[in-house]
Amino acid sequence: MSEELVFRFTVDGEDFTSAGQASVQVKKNLRQLGLSAEVIKRVSVAMYEGEINMVIHAGGGIAEVRVCESYVEIILDDKGPGIKDIDLAMQEGYSTATDTIRSLGFGAGMGLPNMRKYTDYMTIESEVGVGTKIVMRVNC
Amino acid sequence: MYNYEHSVLLDESKCTGCTTCLRHCPTEAIRIRDGHAIINPERCIDCGECIRVCPHKAKKAVCSKLPDMDRFKWKIALPAPTLYGQFDNLDDVDYVLDGLLKIGFDDVYEVAKAAELVSAYTRLYLKDAKVTKPAISSACPVIIRLINLRFPSLTDHIIPMLPPMEIAARLAKERALSEHPELKPEDVGVCFITPCPAKVSYVKNGFASYKSYVDEVVSISDIYFQLIGKMRKDKDIRPLSESGRIGLGWARSGGEATAILNEEYLAADGIDNVIHVLDQVENGNIPPLEFIELNACTGGCVGGVLTIQNPFIAKARLQSLRRYLPVSRNTVDRDETTVPEGFVFKDMPEYVPITRLSNSLAESMRMMNEIHSIRDCLPGIDCGSCGAPTCRAFAEDIVRGQSDISDCPIKAISELRSAMEAEK
Repeated sequence: MSEELVFRFTVDGEDFTSAGQASVQVKKNLRQLGLSAEVIKRVSVAMYEGEINMVIHAGGGIAEVRVCESYVEIILDDKGPGIKDIDLAMQEGYSTATDTIRSLGFGAGMGLPNMRKYTDYMTIESEVGVGTKIVMRVNC
Repeated sequence: MYNYEHSVLLDESKCTGCTTCLRHCPTEAIRIRDGHAIINPERCIDCGECIRVCPHKAKKAVCSKLPDMDRFKWKIALPAPTLYGQFDNLDDVDYVLDGLLKIGFDDVYEVAKAAELVSAYTRLYLKDAKVTKPAISSACPVIIRLINLRFPSLTDHIIPMLPPMEIAARLAKERALSEHPELKPEDVGVCFITPCPAKVSYVKNGFASYKSYVDEVVSISDIYFQLIGKMRKDKDIRPLSESGRIGLGWARSGGEATAILNEEYLAADGIDNVIHVLDQVENGNIPPLEFIELNACTGGCVGGVLTIQNPFIAKARLQSLRRYLPVSRNTVDRDETTVPEGFVFKDMPEYVPITRLSNSLAESMRMMNEIHSIRDCLPGIDCGSCGAPTCRAFAEDIVRGQSDISDCPIKAISELRSAMEAEK
């Protein structure tokens, strides 16, 4: 393994208008690297869902994308409220989003399940009151 | 080998290298070199934004002229419905069609008529359970090229329906040959009257293995004054128009989508909005939709850069023209269950990863690391003085060996300043 490429983004909490921009940027970079359409789509969906989650639930955080020759890794790190019950949160349709968030068209409870669906590997470490760290990988 | 023929060209004598087009090009296809703009043909999607914004009128579309049709014995005009929205006080489409005959065409075949057939078959196509939803319209050629260059994962969503212009061209030729048995196929020429340069490129290049039926493309702005001089409000004018509200509606954004007769649609116009929507579709962040209509120009085809009238005024005129028309004057048989072969295209152009840095992933990664470290030491104000649209694009040009860091005047000035400080 020669080199590793890292993109780091600060995801601004509360600002819905900029939510999803890191995902667009990542997509642009991955296209330039010549990755397949399939890999680009999967990374961009996982990244997008993760980014939105950080904005809705955690007041923002840090998103990091590492590219190496065999996979793309997405690390989402926030200092939000943490997830009480990860198994429950992973269920389709389960959401703790507020009505305001739902009225904006988010909070359908599909974020985490979609992240798992579109990636080859995913771990969630979360502590209530401390924050959440999600690591996902999409194989190239 | 790259051999796509574009229709947006630059008049070097008029270009001052002012950077306006540079900042508006949605695919970063333009650079300023030696004081004037150059367009990278691989990246250009023929959207015409640069023609629209150029303050010096240095960008132009390459179209045919009317005399180019003289080589045909039987000349047919294919007016885009947008043409009807260009005239003041027009209350009947027939005056426009009659005008086209008076300026030398032997027949007219409305693209709006073909559009109604395309709408009918699109409704049929959407009923097929195997169709990938949301299905994206392929009527605007800029969108197809954009998806092909930037959104390869959405290729499956594209409806393989030929645009109304092509259907009109084919049906017009067939009609001419059946009504005039004395004509040979090579005697019949069709001329599309276009609102935009993208259609010109489509006709020149075809589409994957598909070759266009259109022989020449003349712009609305070019034909306008000739036409207006010949248009007469005669009482006994021949009723030539064969299109209804749906056909005329295609000229504006949302017209094609509403003709689907299903509420689950989205219609976006303006190239930036279109790119945003495609990003969202790719992320899966849209409500469940049946159909997506995308137009590169604001307002839809009425916003094309080769029109005369402001798109909103043209739209208002079309509204009053449509008022007393039947919903549609062209329908398909109720018992038809499949879209006829003549209405569809078979294969999509191959995905071209134009922005790819290198064929090897390791080398691409090395280059991107270098791009990012160069970008981080650039001013980041995207002023365009170096000839690239953004500092990021400039860094990329440097790494690709197409620019030198000394081309950044801001950086040069600040280096000069600190050298002078050091002298003191």
